[in-house]
Amino acid sequence: MMKSVKYILAGILFGIIMSKSEAISWYRIQEMFRFQSFHMFGIIGTAVITGVIAVWLMKKMKSRDVEGNPISFTDKQKAWRRYLFGGTIFGLGWALTGACPGPVFVLLGQGYLVMIVVISGSLLGTFVYGLLKNRLPH
Amino acid sequence: MLELIKQPWPWYTSGLAISFIMVILIFFGKSFGFSSNLRTMCSMLGAGKWVSFFNFDWKAQRWNLLFLIGSVIGGFISANWLQSEAPLNLSQATIDDLQKLNIPFDGNIVPSALFNWDFVATGKGLLIFLGGGFLIGFGTRYAGGCTSGHAISGLSNLQVPSLIAVIGFFIGGLAMTHLIFPLIF
Repeated sequence: MMKSVKYILAGILFGIIMSKSEAISWYRIQEMFRFQSFHMFGIIGTAVITGVIAVWLMKKMKSRDVEGNPISFTDKQKAWRRYLFGGTIFGLGWALTGACPGPVFVLLGQGYLVMIVVISGSLLGTFVYGLLKNRLPH
Repeated sequence: MLELIKQPWPWYTSGLAISFIMVILIFFGKSFGFSSNLRTMCSMLGAGKWVSFFNFDWKAQRWNLLFLIGSVIGGFISANWLQSEAPLNLSQATIDDLQKLNIPFDGNIVPSALFNWDFVATGKGLLIFLGGGFLIGFGTRYAGGCTSGHAISGLSNLQVPSLIAVIGFFIGGLAMTHLIFPLIF
């Protein structure tokens, strides 16, 4: 039971952070892609810099997770096409809807029920990717 | 304390809090990546019957679905009890640019002129919400991650593929904002 609850609690915290940081704001995403404020760059920059330090420390200290297993980090598959092409396609959708996958669900919780349409579209997009996967350059 | 949380958070607090989420998920023996939930949801809906990509042990991803449910609850809590009274502090330059595209700034978190069923019911609205969602779903799975999996988790682990993905996010976002927005709005 507690095993499951901790993920829900982490998710709740994530939803609150996304809301209070305004990273779920369609307006903030527009401001970012127009380079008219430091806000979003500050958020991502701080998260990455502190994240790099945290990951480095966890590796250095050979940290273990809550179940006592050694923490391991898997490298991403070495390629460039899938990251560049896939990333660009996602970027188009991110600017259009003003939300990346996490915020889509946080906004739903905020009461913007129209996000159901975005979620349906993203499930359809994921399905079509699975369908075409073997024909796409990776 | 509650008053402090209610205010909009400065960027450094927010950034630190996001990397904290990544760290706790790592300590739970998992990794921070939100978009893989979309693949899991496709599998739950039975997509594995037609496409082998969805034929995997999705129950191992149950923890991430719980995280997703939590994020919806977190949004609900924020909207009902942690909302600041002040309007969104958007830059004047963005307000002016959006005005030229006939998207009024109303001080809310998202433009209420777009995020309502009447707008979604128009052809343009459906194209934006359903089509935008499609691009998110297709693009994140193709790239193998979204903002959380690549920009936060991947860059924190100094992954070059994640840097390429993030460059892609910006190519797409800049093209949509500066080239395609003037055509659709």
